[in-house]
Amino acid sequence: MSDLALNTENYGTNPGDPLPRLEGHVSHGRFERVLKAGHFAVTTEIAPPDSADPDEVLKRAAMFDGYVDAINATDGSGAHCHMSSLAVCAILTRIGYSPILQISCRDRNRISIQGDTLGAAALGVTNVLCLSGDDVGAGDHPEAKPVFDLDSISLAQTIRTMRDKSEFLSGRKLDLAPRLFIGSSINPFVPPIENRADQLAKKIASGAEYIQSQYCFDMPVLKDFMARAQDMGLTEKSYIIIGVGVLPSAKTAAWMRANVPGVHIPDDIIKRLEQAEKPKLEGRKICAEIMQQVKEIDGAAGVHVMAYRQEKWVGDVVKRSGVLGDRKPWSPEDHSTSIGTVS
Amino acid sequence: MYKIRLFAVKHARFFEGLYAAVNPAIVAVLKGVDKIFGKTLDRPITAMEAGLKGALFDCKMCGNCALSKTGMSCPMNCPKTIRNGPCGGVRADGTCEVKPEMKCVWVQGWDGASRMKTGDKIKNIEFAVDHRQQGKSTWLRIARGEINADGTAVREAENV
Repeated sequence: MSDLALNTENYGTNPGDPLPRLEGHVSHGRFERVLKAGHFAVTTEIAPPDSADPDEVLKRAAMFDGYVDAINATDGSGAHCHMSSLAVCAILTRIGYSPILQISCRDRNRISIQGDTLGAAALGVTNVLCLSGDDVGAGDHPEAKPVFDLDSISLAQTIRTMRDKSEFLSGRKLDLAPRLFIGSSINPFVPPIENRADQLAKKIASGAEYIQSQYCFDMPVLKDFMARAQDMGLTEKSYIIIGVGVLPSAKTAAWMRANVPGVHIPDDIIKRLEQAEKPKLEGRKICAEIMQQVKEIDGAAGVHVMAYRQEKWVGDVVKRSGVLGDRKPWSPEDHSTSIGTVS
Repeated sequence: MYKIRLFAVKHARFFEGLYAAVNPAIVAVLKGVDKIFGKTLDRPITAMEAGLKGALFDCKMCGNCALSKTGMSCPMNCPKTIRNGPCGGVRADGTCEVKPEMKCVWVQGWDGASRMKTGDKIKNIEFAVDHRQQGKSTWLRIARGEINADGTAVREAENV
């Protein structure tokens, strides 16, 4: 980990310039630098606007300044139309942010996805997250044709082929390979729970170098999963980042549990929100507590804070949790090193 | 034939044996048929495969049959046609996020694989399907040497 020279020399003069790729790194990005330096990473999710306004993207990203190491730009999440993930990422890379391009297999086939992968790398994107994607029926265009040409595992393999072999799936050569840090997702909280670690192994074998999990509200299940992953040597092969959520009320929590695919919230969390005098504050406390507990788990490399429509509270829960310690992640205004301030 | 499909997964071990025994015989016969008749019998042979596998496994005739590697649960019944599942949307009771009335094809698949002798094959990565093969007979493709006997594409084995 000492290959990370923490000084401004690693950082270009223009924030949008790519960082030099460090030895042993697959990408030019600071997100990979943070993880490979052994820091406990914090990532979050930006909600792409229903707008053609780039300033709206920057405004939304600025809310996370100084609290997160990378920002996921969702790709038509819940099968709803929004600004594309690629465009959001391209706007963010211009001023130096480290966005994570989410690619869902729902809307594009392998021809389109490979083209976008090259385009993303050309626009300064250094991280991708490979997802299968929600079904079209979940969104506001249920009559759309679902594509699903690839699945998340084939997708990771595809991007790895492009990066490491410098060729398309067809075998046609690339002039310059896309230097992308490849990620995938996992949901340890839904059936088949006993096979989720095997599924994780497949994702890692397909090329996932980091993992971002679905919402974790159930520590015992997470601990079992992580113990299993560790026994299988998977925590050595991939940085496992655990998803955490900010719940605003018991009602929203119950609604999410019933209506958002793959969300598992135990009854005691809902009860705690119900009985709280200030449910919003309680929701943030729960989130911060879970973050602290995640940090204690061997092999957990970070947390991914998902706070849909609660984005303004991300900084608060990160601060409350203390998981960053003395570290302050890079932000456009304040960056003493390529990855932020580390004391 | 949803109920028969569930039965097939529950008795994946039996179907695995049956498949292992019958598949080479079918392929051998089809090799002979191919030599004598060429492509003239492709349609009835394909219809036969579709009928049989359709009744047993709700086969969708993707032409890239992976049943022996997916716990005898046909992945093309997954609404997202995921070949390396399950996805993260499985409901707490093990049913599909998209079709709540159906058990998740991949929850079934891992369950079926756990009953099989060679069930560990489910841990190998299956690359995305070759969509040109939709509607074609996997048996004929094996008989003609277009794909390996275990269903892996010849090209895929080199590439991935």
